[in-house]
Amino acid sequence: MDALLFLTFAGIAVLCAINLILQTHPISSALSLVGVMGALAVLYLLLGGAFIAAVQLIVYAGAVMVLFLFVIMLLNAQAERTTSKPAIRAWVSVPLLFTFVILLASLIIQRAPAGAAVRFGEFTGGSVANVGRALFTTYLLPFEITSILILIAILGAIVLARKEI
Amino acid sequence: MPAEITQLLPAAVPLSWYLVLSAILFTLGVAGFLFRRNIITVFMSIELMLNAVNLTFVAFSYHLKQVDGHIFSFFVMVVAAAEATVGLAIILTVFKNRATLEIDEVSSMKL
Repeated sequence: MDALLFLTFAGIAVLCAINLILQTHPISSALSLVGVMGALAVLYLLLGGAFIAAVQLIVYAGAVMVLFLFVIMLLNAQAERTTSKPAIRAWVSVPLLFTFVILLASLIIQRAPAGAAVRFGEFTGGSVANVGRALFTTYLLPFEITSILILIAILGAIVLARKEI
Repeated sequence: MPAEITQLLPAAVPLSWYLVLSAILFTLGVAGFLFRRNIITVFMSIELMLNAVNLTFVAFSYHLKQVDGHIFSFFVMVVAAAEATVGLAIILTVFKNRATLEIDEVSSMKL
């Protein structure tokens, strides 16, 4: 059952990712990315990460993607114009990327810990209580620095979006 | 569910399957980054790469039975959110000045 669930949602993730790079209109790409993130949230749940799955759906698929869609609609982005230019780029980089992923996969299969398997429910350390405890004890300083990062990001966005620039 | 399909599949998913899926998603993100010429789609490809890395973090967190991987991927999400905010503000400014979203047309540093 675990393998079936994994294969289903891994397939959805890969198909949505391929759709993301094949679509010419940004809105279609953004909706494909939402599909990838939803499928990944289910995989996080299978890996025992209840908190991270919820955050993935709320923050990523919810907030960040809505921001993307908002900007696409604000700029009234059109579909990409097709040119004959990227032909040579494709001839060079598709085999390179293919080799890259084959190498990476063979390395992973070779080096992955033998017998390591994922069974749903065996690890429940990713609950909100556990993540919260780690976040506010061991990782308190990085957490606080993150708040400064977000503050700077807010200020940067406001400064960049002003009229005068 | 037919019994034949259940017998074909392993009872537990090997950890390497998750890692290979992460590698495939990352490579697709790189491909999108290289091929697309719309600046927003390029930005979404970067988000796809970040998501692929997050999957690796969570998978290893399961393998080591520790919560640290979840914390790391939480921080990656925070950084991605900040990056999306600033990046989209930059895209807005570029569009205001150049009236285009094609990367090839904003390749020069001067106006």
